[in-house]
Amino acid sequence: MNGPLSVVTIVAALALALWCLARAGLNRAPSRFDLAATLALSVLVAVLVLVAVAGLFDGSRPRETGTFIGYLITTIAFAPAGFVLARMEPTRWGSLILGVACLVLPVLVLRLQQIASVTGG
Amino acid sequence: MAERSSPARPRDAALGTGLGRVLLFVYGIFALSASARASVQIATKFSEAPLAYLLSAVAAVIYIAATVGLAIGGRRGRLIALTSCSIELIGVLVVGTLSIGDKEAFPDATVWSGYGSGYGYVPLVLPMVGLWWLYRHRPAR
Repeated sequence: MNGPLSVVTIVAALALALWCLARAGLNRAPSRFDLAATLALSVLVAVLVLVAVAGLFDGSRPRETGTFIGYLITTIAFAPAGFVLARMEPTRWGSLILGVACLVLPVLVLRLQQIASVTGG
Repeated sequence: MAERSSPARPRDAALGTGLGRVLLFVYGIFALSASARASVQIATKFSEAPLAYLLSAVAAVIYIAATVGLAIGGRRGRLIALTSCSIELIGVLVVGTLSIGDKEAFPDATVWSGYGSGYGYVPLVLPMVGLWWLYRHRPAR
């Protein structure tokens, strides 16, 4: 959970968040590029989540396994949900939704790392 | 917006405008995370800090109420949103102050502990934005 994949995901999400927030600030609706980038981020997050799920089956599980799984489900659904909502809102506010979604993702990944680091019990 | 908004929807419904939808998105995230957190806390370790966990549950219900109230708008929606946003603001200020002064009562963090510092102070800002939204969209007299 603490590997380079997490770091890449966090950095990518933050970069996309800044980009989308800037687009919203410039009064731009989400472009095809923005939406495609969100989908690409979704794939990256999905890989991260799958790696984490695989990790549940070998070795030590996080102490709060239920919470961990809840966060995994939220995390994998987050970027796709932002994508759907942004498609429904082809104005600057759609860009803001993408920006907010991409800002929350790193927080979710950090929480996942936090929960994963407390094992046993 | 692809579909046209229904004529029955009140004009001040947050669901009807782009900025309102962003506000609802953020409120929705908080309603979801607060209720998930409260359920886990109450289900697994209620006896450790009953006050804090009940508070989490109450906060979760209030976030859901605020989200719904802002979304539907109209007289009733405004009343729901105004009440819940006010309680949120008072809650985050009171609990924030208490959690700094009296750590015994709040051993485990709630959404409102430390003025919502665990959530990037969003719980402090959100009710203000909600109240601002209600003020901006107050019915003309």
